[in-house]
Amino acid sequence: MDAQFFLIVLLFSPLIGFLINGFRYRHHSANVAGIIATAAAGLSFLAALALVFQLVNFAADSQAGTSAVHRRLAVDLFQWLDVGLLKVSASFVIDPISAIMILVVTGVGSLIHLFSIGYMHHDAGAAKYFAYLNLFLFNMLVLVTGESLPVMFVGWEGVGLCSYLLIGFWFTDEQKAAAGMKAFITNRIGDAAFVLGMFILFFAIGSLSFQTLNEGARRFADEAPLGWLHPITLATLFLFIGATGKSAQIPLYVWLPDAMAGPTPVSALIHAATMVTAGVYMIVRLNALFMMAPLTMMIIAIVGALTAVMAASIGLTQWDIKKVLAYSTVSQLGYMFLACGVGAFSAAMFHLMTHAFFKALMFLGSGSVIHAMHEEQDIRKMGGLRKALPITHATFVLGWLAIIGIPPFAGFFSKDEILWKTFSSPLGHPLLWVVGAAGAMMTAFYMTRLVALTFWGESRVPKGVHPHESPPTMTIPLGVLGVLSVVGGWLGIPHLIGSAMPFHTDNILESFLAHSIVPLPGGESSDSSLEVGLMLTSVVLASAMAGLAFLFYAKKSTAPARIAEALGGFYRLVYNKYFVDEAYFRALINPLMRASQKLWYYVDVSLIDRTTYVLSDTIRGGGSFVRSLQSGNLQQYALYIGLGVVTVLSIILVRG
Amino acid sequence: MQGLESFFEVGLNHYLILSTLLFACGLAGVLLRRNVIVIMMSIELMLNGVNLSFVAFSKYMAMLEGQIMVFFVMTIAAAEAAVGLALAVAIFKRFREVNIRYFEQLKG
Repeated sequence: MDAQFFLIVLLFSPLIGFLINGFRYRHHSANVAGIIATAAAGLSFLAALALVFQLVNFAADSQAGTSAVHRRLAVDLFQWLDVGLLKVSASFVIDPISAIMILVVTGVGSLIHLFSIGYMHHDAGAAKYFAYLNLFLFNMLVLVTGESLPVMFVGWEGVGLCSYLLIGFWFTDEQKAAAGMKAFITNRIGDAAFVLGMFILFFAIGSLSFQTLNEGARRFADEAPLGWLHPITLATLFLFIGATGKSAQIPLYVWLPDAMAGPTPVSALIHAATMVTAGVYMIVRLNALFMMAPLTMMIIAIVGALTAVMAASIGLTQWDIKKVLAYSTVSQLGYMFLACGVGAFSAAMFHLMTHAFFKALMFLGSGSVIHAMHEEQDIRKMGGLRKALPITHATFVLGWLAIIGIPPFAGFFSKDEILWKTFSSPLGHPLLWVVGAAGAMMTAFYMTRLVALTFWGESRVPKGVHPHESPPTMTIPLGVLGVLSVVGGWLGIPHLIGSAMPFHTDNILESFLAHSIVPLPGGESSDSSLEVGLMLTSVVLASAMAGLAFLFYAKKSTAPARIAEALGGFYRLVYNKYFVDEAYFRALINPLMRASQKLWYYVDVSLIDRTTYVLSDTIRGGGSFVRSLQSGNLQQYALYIGLGVVTVLSIILVRG
Repeated sequence: MQGLESFFEVGLNHYLILSTLLFACGLAGVLLRRNVIVIMMSIELMLNGVNLSFVAFSKYMAMLEGQIMVFFVMTIAAAEAAVGLALAVAIFKRFREVNIRYFEQLKG
């Protein structure tokens, strides 16, 4: 069967699932709704598998003739927009970049759907929840398979909507509803920039399809280096601002920690594995364009590195299990942007994939813990859960080893590739490597702290709470993701290690992506002793930090409290998230609110309303006067006729 | 005293003034009175005021058309009186009075 059939199945089976569950939103059974939704997601996953299989085979078929195979399946559904010069068709493309994404989105998505059946078991709004989840999947797939910026933008906005709906899923809690709004509004700022970027690109290149954009970008190669005000630099900067909104980077990251108000599987699916990576994906998709703008690349790398280290530092101090994971997500996304910024796009995609596995695993694990603890999220009230939740514990540990970068777990390969490229790429800088390594050390510390406080040490569980292992619908996804967190990294074993291994496994992922990604201008640096050195340094540092955290938190130790006290003001600054929210309120939101209030009072009420009232009063007064003329009294009418005749006659007489 | 003589000599203007006065009296009656019979008499007065001017013009301009028009007017006036009186009788039968306000009952 052809690609079009599979693509339609891929896209529309979640949409149909959404419609079915959407129409039966009043039903309460989580099992029925969950099975429908999970089946839709599973079908979509099968279609994704079929498409990727075709894509790989496609290469094998034509490899005989040329070495540079352009793996690409394009499907054109219909002409969507045709306005003047702007012609956009609803076309979708499966190439190596989107192939990875559809596998991650539908694969991890299906597992999370399955997990949700157990997690949302007691919730009366389960059908609504699963409908939103399916709708999210549909929009995310439109985002990743769309072949032009406008089609991507449809999915981009759609996932934003679903994120809003699901963060505020328990909207009777005002705080949760507010968190949903915060996410939505923060994303709007980024989206406005995204649209501006699209406008500029359309003016500069004349088309919005990814292929034309990436090819059109080469036209500007002669003008290099492009200055700050060159349209390509501006457009890529605007697109990057859009990405900072969606992917929670400085300065628009503030919504993601609050987004943890949603159900935990949602945090795993949307706010860890898929939606928040959309910004990274967009930059990788337009990699040739971004490579044309080295200034933008520099900004991306700096913002990514800063976000990575800042979010990690906040993560060190938080007590809420989901908040720690949320800041960890922001930090890991920072690494992906750092990779994009130094031109290591395949490393960014690689980390995106492994991160999707281990972070979804950890979120689901935290969901399992929260479920077992009866909605308790404070890790100070946990501890020693290893015995009560053996499966959750075992899988969580796999995720922990993956994220702190212990070989041979997934995170080691992807994070190390990013750090190495940051150091060695012509666009990179050793200073960025130092920042990235510092972030990695902090990651090791706070993740160990989280695991130690939750699962190890002595139990601090309050009396009356009896944690119990979750049902199989929840533990099976944990197991699958746990395995993926171990083996996921083996797709991208660096050449250095691969060549030393008996089977000589090369970097499969990089060669898969090779033809979709522009190579670095200066070529690859191949100082293998330096690479080994850096690799060992980061592993040793991470292990040391993990050991330190283990000593601090798994054993009874007063050291953390003493350090916090010694740092005093600085600790409070970090604990309160650098007061960024407060600063935003002070500098932007409150003045805006006050200005809006003034505008409302002086312009809306005093000017516009009053004008319309005066106008309506005048017309009503006139109307009632005219009405009084038409009384139905015949003699009065005759009088008017008489007066009219007299008037007309006198006019005639006077004018002669 | 040529002016004074001509003032007293009956001419077209005198007829027209009289005709206007008749018409104004009739109009005032139509507008002010409530009794249907009196209103119809006032209409008759207005019509006759007009008739007078027709005849006067006919005489002074030596044309017959004005007099022919008067016959038409009189015919119409007679028909109108017949219909109007029938209505008045019907109203009187029902309300024992011929006040114009009872005609408001004819509204839909």
